[in-house]
Amino acid sequence: MNRPGVLLPVLALFAGLAACSEKPQSLGAGKTDTPAYQGAQNQFVSPGWKAGDKTSWEQGLKTRMQNTQNEYSKTN
Amino acid sequence: MARMKFVCDAERCIECNGCVTACKNENEVPWGVNRRRVVTLNDGVPGEKSISVACMHCSDAPCMAVCPVNCFYRTDEGVVLHDKDICIGCGYCSYACPFGAPQFPTSGTFGVRGKMDKCTFCAGGPEANGSQAEFEKYGRNRLAEGKLPACAEMCSTKALLAGDGDVVADIFRNRVVQRGKGAEVWGWGTAYGSKQAGQPPAGLKS
Repeated sequence: MNRPGVLLPVLALFAGLAACSEKPQSLGAGKTDTPAYQGAQNQFVSPGWKAGDKTSWEQGLKTRMQNTQNEYSKTN
Repeated sequence: MARMKFVCDAERCIECNGCVTACKNENEVPWGVNRRRVVTLNDGVPGEKSISVACMHCSDAPCMAVCPVNCFYRTDEGVVLHDKDICIGCGYCSYACPFGAPQFPTSGTFGVRGKMDKCTFCAGGPEANGSQAEFEKYGRNRLAEGKLPACAEMCSTKALLAGDGDVVADIFRNRVVQRGKGAEVWGWGTAYGSKQAGQPPAGLKS
């Protein structure tokens, strides 16, 4: 049998087995959740508050609540 | 410190399912899983009432109490979250929850009953805030982006209020005073163990 004829099935076998792997699932030992006021590492963060400053985060949310959920603050 | 809570104003909910859609879209929730849904009482009868229901992030959460692997935790803001790396999908939380919040995806890696999925108050989970890993397991972390849950922000009639419990209670109280009715808040007492916002008058059954 020529070399490519042997190599190809071997490579296909390895590729097939690689697809069977599973994402690591640690049992959570030592895992912690970062507080929300630390901010998110993406481009969707709303402006008007400073990441890492809890007071500014809370104030930002309160302002947002009044602006988006309390129409009485706009009409009265 | 802010304690995040949900309030659904049954006088305003029009059963549009905007909250359900917003939640599914924002968190890319798979088919068969409804983190939030709208329930209508006395459907079709004049005076019917609709309420939007999801995990209420209870003050004393029954799901946390019954979980055999202790996968639940509570954030500083009072949001009840869970670690999907620990969850074994046993379903005990589903029996314990008075709101039917825990959902079990039936497709994917984990077979017939997958790891539990529920509303996260758009606060993600125990992965880096705003990371791809967090999004894939738990959905968007809007709180870390300085935003409120998508369901409440998208509610067309502002029936669904979310955020700091004191502020939502103030907003709701103001409405009740203005309209002179509809002080009952479904689920508030069950979730937060408080009579303050909308328990029916003594002697009446809700």
